[in-house]
Amino acid sequence: MKGKSIVITSGKGGVGKTTITANIGTALAMLGKKVVLIDADIGLRNLDVVIGLENRIVYDIVDVVEERCRLEQALIKDKRYRHLFLLPAAQTRDKSAIKEKQMKDLIQGLKESYDYILIDSPAGIEHGFLNAVSGADEAIIVTTPEVAAVRDADRIIGLLESRGLNDPQVIINRIRSDMVRRGDMMTIEDMIEILAINLLGVVPEDEDIIVSTNRGEPIALQEKSKTGEALRNIARRIEGEELPLMTMGKAKLMDKIKRLIGIS
Amino acid sequence: MALFKKSKDVAKERLRLILIHDRIELSPHEMNKLKKDLSRVISKYIRVDQGEVDMNIKRKSGSMVLEADIPIKSSKSS
Ligand SMILES: Nc1ncnc2c1ncn2[C@@H]1O[C@H](COP(=O)(O)OP(=O)(O)OP(=O)(O)O)[C@@H](O)[C@H]1O
Ligand SMILES: [Mg+2]
Repeated sequence: MKGKSIVITSGKGGVGKTTITANIGTALAMLGKKVVLIDADIGLRNLDVVIGLENRIVYDIVDVVEERCRLEQALIKDKRYRHLFLLPAAQTRDKSAIKEKQMKDLIQGLKESYDYILIDSPAGIEHGFLNAVSGADEAIIVTTPEVAAVRDADRIIGLLESRGLNDPQVIINRIRSDMVRRGDMMTIEDMIEILAINLLGVVPEDEDIIVSTNRGEPIALQEKSKTGEALRNIARRIEGEELPLMTMGKAKLMDKIKRLIGIS
Repeated sequence: MALFKKSKDVAKERLRLILIHDRIELSPHEMNKLKKDLSRVISKYIRVDQGEVDMNIKRKSGSMVLEADIPIKSSKSS
């Protein structure tokens, strides 16, 4: 088997990388794929909590690299899907505990037995970020519809390209269709035009994400959730399916007004 | 007028200018000089409209391209 490694990164912090990694990973597992999620945010372990596996951690990625355990011992099996695994970040303060070469070798090894290796990158453009992207075949950039986030996404695109990671794709997270409709949030088209990269998917702002994260159960597991569907669709696009982007309640403002004043 | 501009259009315009700066490391001041110079050079050959020159740095399959919109006078008008 020869898997594919994909880094999920952003530049700006807090835009939803970890949430999206957990959900796409779960959704790929739902499609029957063998998946490893790597938490590359050394010192700020998060992915374990979002996916609800924090109680099972014994070893972490630094233990593997420093040969205190075998790779298989550090991989934590998901509660729901037995072919979904997490390789947790270390909580050490030494963020340079892992070198790029070690990361590369680790991922290279995983590619032999898994379909997908998703790497949750830390924010920023420093050591942790460089490490996270070093073993990746492809990159997904997460942004929110805000000036600062899109600006940082653009920086990251440039940095990725300078490291030979061409054609990254973007996921726009936390879009609010009501705000887009009244002209108070940039549209998908605005952002794609400015960034000039391919759109992989759009995830709406949804408080249910917080509820599901509270429970440690990725929202992609929820059959009926629209947001869950948006995330499952992203997984299917990664698998090569061509799916139209979800139309998010495209009721036009004029139609609403017409309805309100009773002429339609 | 600015009061009635949608905030998303303000955001988009600000972002566009920020990215020009980020992408080629040109200050707004230098950018304005470039626009003026450009329109002066072009006007040696073509009748250029006095209107704003609009410039953009775009990413096209891995490399950057500079796009300039320079309004010209049509031969019939004026
Ligand atoms: N679409 C969404 N709707 C509502 N809340 C969201 C959405 N996406 C993410 N969040 C919330 O935003 C917060 C930040 O998300 P997350 O931790 O995934 O971001 P991150 O990019 O990984 O952050 P960091 O840069 O610190 O690693 C979390 O509380 C998460 O629940
Ligand atoms: Mg994170």
